This record gives sequence, C-alpha cells and structure tokens, in this order.
Amino acid sequence: MAGNGTNAVRPRLKRLRWLGPAMMGAVVGWPGWVGSEPPELPPFSPRSGYEFARPETRAIQDDEFANPGLFWIERGAELWRSPAGPGERSCHSCHGAATAMAGTAATYPKIDEVVARLVNLEQRINLCRTRHVGAEPYPLESDPLLSLSAYVTRQSAGEPLRVRIDGRAREWFERGRELYRERVGQMNVACTQCHDQRVGHLLRAERISQGQINGFPAYLLRWGTVSSVHRRFQFCNEQARAEPLPIGSDDYNALQLYVAWRGTGLVVEAPAVRR
Amino acid sequence: MRMILAVWLPAAVALAAAVPSTAGSDPIAIYQIVGDAIPAPLDDLDGDPVRGRAIVAGRKGNCLACHEAPIPEEPFHGNLGPPLDGIGSRASSGALRLRLVAPRTLNPDTVMPAFHQVEGLRRVLAPHRGSPILAAQEIEDVIAYLLTLR
Ligand code: HEC
Ligand code: HEC
Ligand code: HEC
Repeated sequence: MAGNGTNAVRPRLKRLRWLGPAMMGAVVGWPGWVGSEPPELPPFSPRSGYEFARPETRAIQDDEFANPGLFWIERGAELWRSPAGPGERSCHSCHGAATAMAGTAATYPKIDEVVARLVNLEQRINLCRTRHVGAEPYPLESDPLLSLSAYVTRQSAGEPLRVRIDGRAREWFERGRELYRERVGQMNVACTQCHDQRVGHLLRAERISQGQINGFPAYLLRWGTVSSVHRRFQFCNEQARAEPLPIGSDDYNALQLYVAWRGTGLVVEAPAVRR
Repeated sequence: MRMILAVWLPAAVALAAAVPSTAGSDPIAIYQIVGDAIPAPLDDLDGDPVRGRAIVAGRKGNCLACHEAPIPEEPFHGNLGPPLDGIGSRASSGALRLRLVAPRTLNPDTVMPAFHQVEGLRRVLAPHRGSPILAAQEIEDVIAYLLTLR
C-alpha cells in the first residue's frame, strides 16, 4: 500500500503562499481556506513524526509483517462487513467496498451538516452507527472504534491532509489555534512552545517533532495499542501536569482541526508506529 | 517551620507572585526581586547540596528533561536549555533563585517552569493543584547544588 511510511515518494500538496495585500480578496494562500484574511501560516513546512522517530520505530512501521497496527486494520475490515442494528446493516451495505472511503480520512475533522458541529472520524463513524445502522455508538477509544477508524484511514494512505477551515469550521479553527498557544498545567507550557519553537530538541530521550497527526490513529509502542489523536493530546497535557480534556470533547476537536490544518499536505500514514 | 518575611515589594511581578491566595496555609514564600536576582534565601533557609543534587537528578525537579548536568548515573539528558555544568561560576545564588522562582521575568517566552509558583496557572492536574513544584527548602537545596557546579 502506498504511503505507509514510504518516504521516498510522498506527494506534497503544492502550497500557494499568501502573496500580500495585492491579492486581497482573490483566491488565497492555503488549501481549505476561503475568506478575506489569511490565517497565519505555520513557521515551517510540515514534517511527519516519522522523520523524527528512531530508526527502530521507523523499521517497525515500514515492515508490513511486523507493524502491529495492521491487526487493528484487519479487525476494521471485519467490522466493515459485520451486520448490526435492527436492519442487520453493515458499513458495506451502504458504502460498498471500503475503497469508497479513499481520501475521506484526510478531510477530518469536518463539520457534519446534520448536527452542525465539528466531528472527527471516530465520531463520524459513530454517527453512522446511530443514524444509519440504528445501533449503539462504540465507546470512544474502544477497540472496535479505533479499528474501524484505522481501517477507514488506511483507505487514505498516501493522500495529503486537506481539512477545510472555512464556513462553519472557521470558529472551531480559531478556537483550536487559541488552545494551541495557551499555556497550561503546572509546567505552564503551550503546544506551540515545543512543537513550533523547539522542534528537534531533546526532552529527556525524546526528540521533539512538529506534533503532526498524519499518522493517527497510530500504534503507540509505549501503550501497546492504537491511540486516537485525542488520547495523544491527553498525554502531552498530562506530561505538562495539566488536566487533560475529555476524548471527543469540542475543545480537542477544535485543537485537532488546527493541528491537521498546520499539517496540510503531509501524507496520511496508516498505520503509523510511534514510541 | 516557615518564616514569613514581611517585605515591601516594589516590583509588580514580585507582588503578584507573593500575594497569598489562602492566608495561613500559603505554600509560597514571600520574596523580593532586586534587579536580576532574588538576593535573600526563601524563608531564610539554608540549602543542602546533596539533597539538591537528588532533586535535580530525580523526577521532582526533572531538570534533566531539559538540561545536561554532570549526573552520569542518569542516562538521558535533554537539551531544551543550556548545560548546567559550570553554572556555579557563571551565576550568583540570587540570580539562580530568580531563575528557579520566576523565570518568566527573565524570558517571558521561556519553557522553563516557575518552580515556586501556584498563582496564574490553568488546568493544573488535580494532585498538583495549589502546591508549587518545589517547596522553599527544595529551591534552596537546588541552588546549593548548582553553586557546586564550578
Ligand atoms: C514540553 C514539550 C511539549 C508540549 C508542551 C507538548 N508536547 Fe506534544 N509531544 C512532545 C514530545 C516530547 C512528543 C513525543 C515526540 C514527538 O513526536 O514529538 C510529543 C508528541 C506529540 C504528538 C505525536 C506526534 C507523532 O507524530 O506521533 C502530537 C500529535 C502532539 N505531541 C501534540 C501536542 C499538542 C496538541 C500539544 C498541546 C496541547 C502538545 N503536544 C504539547 C512534547 C510536547
Ligand atoms: C444505512 C446506510 C449507512 C450505513 C449502514 C453506514 N453509513 Fe456511513 N454514511 C451514510 C450516509 C448517508 C453518509 C453521508 C452523511 C450522512 O448523511 O450521515 C455516510 C457517511 C459516512 C462517512 C463520512 C464520509 C465523508 O465523506 O465525510 C463515514 C466515514 C462513514 N459513513 C462510515 C461508516 C461506517 C464505518 C459504517 C459502519 C459502522 C457506516 N458508515 C455505515 C450511510 C450509511
Ligand atoms: C521544560 C524545560 C526546562 C526544565 C524542566 C528546566 N529548565 Fe532550566 N532552562 C530551560 C531553558 C529553555 C533555559 C534557557 C533560558 C530560557 O529560555 O529561559 C533554562 C535556563 C536555566 C538556567 C540558566 C542557565 C544559564 O546558563 O544561564 C538555569 C540555572 C536552569 N535553567 C536551571 C534549571 C533547574 C535547576 C531545573 C530543575 C529544577 C530546570 N532548569 C528545569 C528549560 C528548562
């Protein structure tokens, strides 16, 4: 499969740059953005966490037989065809082969027009469970939900991240950017201080990456399981001795949208392996 | 055990840091910033370099997350901040005290935590809420150790 850590061939979205006041009002600057003022660009071109990972970790990701994330993807493939609910419907009943989801994961989080709020991929899958299958939603961070999410994400392997931040998504984006810069916890640090300002430095034994999420849901060696973006956010919060926010919370979704946007063009790695 | 020093505080920053939130049980010592230093030991305490080394090396101070130091038994030292070796000949005790207690007065964008602060923090994890990372005695211990690094 393409994009599974194969760094040699990674398509990059051609990023147009903001060209100054002369272009005000014209089609501007950053994919997913349509409006009159460009959001501030991140101070770097995005680089995947893969590039900062240790060679041993990268080797596990690159090996289609050793990569433990593949178990989740296999389980996801089974669940895709497992009937549930009163109508005995599976994801396959409506969507057909999962390849129909090619590119989808690269556009999440996204506004769901029915509930008129930002949802991430796990929540979107649960919306299908309740809205279309008529079954109970999977608990967040549960094995089946992460498996389906990893499987749907796998269909976008190699695709560039491209979330939309215009329209209704705009206020979520602004909130996310605010959270990214807010100092929290006893350590009193903000995401931006590590993942924008100290990239490449060592925190104990860990090389600080840009904190990108193109590999999520990712298999984390430290936990021996696949983890959602939100659980990874919680971990960074806890390390700074800050109260983590709930998985699935609006604030983490807003933060996820901002983080996905600042990684625009990075290709989806599925399943990624991280320490 | 603690001795409250009622001093006049000219600097707004020092005042903000020193106003007790819960009178009587305040875990934060009152201190006075003079120029680039806090000259007087917190609560007039004496530091112990041996205890200080343990705090710097261990999880309590977690200084090695960001600094290299001559503590060879600990394997991984970070490099977000400068190496601490030789700091005892570069900095006075008062300068080190300010660096540990109120690093943002030196650099508003610093990632170095204020080790003796409880006010003005958001979403502090429950078990740590209301207590500083290091108590006054521990701050003095760390300073005593840093001063041996010459
Ligand atoms: C004190 C520094 C620090 C702060 C502050 C911090 N992180 Fe991290 N973060 C790390 C370290 C270290 C890692 C593990 C190594 C790496 O991938 O960067 C990490 C990993 C991550 C990852 C996983 C990246 C990958 O490719 O696997 C994400 C996502 C992330 N952080 C997001 C955040 C967000 C969002 C915030 C703010 C809520 C935040 N971090 C705050 C240090 C920090
Ligand atoms: C009864 C039909 C039906 C079933 C069963 C169903 N879906 Fe859907 N799904 C839809 C419809 C219709 C949409 C379009 C959005 C909407 O109306 O909710 C959708 C949208 C989605 C999307 C968002 C696509 C995008 O482009 O943003 C994902 C992801 C998804 N479904 C996953 C699943 C998964 C995983 C399952 C199995 C648990 C599933 N769906 C089961 C009907 C269904
Ligand atoms: C999260 C990272 C971090 C932690 C933890 C940390 N520091 Fe720092 N420290 C820094 C940075 C970065 C600097 C550089 C100045 C600045 O940016 O404020 C610094 C500067 C210093 C300096 C001034 C060095 C010089 O040469 O001028 C001293 C002394 C110091 N730290 C001591 C400590 C001690 C002792 C501890 C543990 C009790 C500690 N630091 C914990 C990040 C950290």
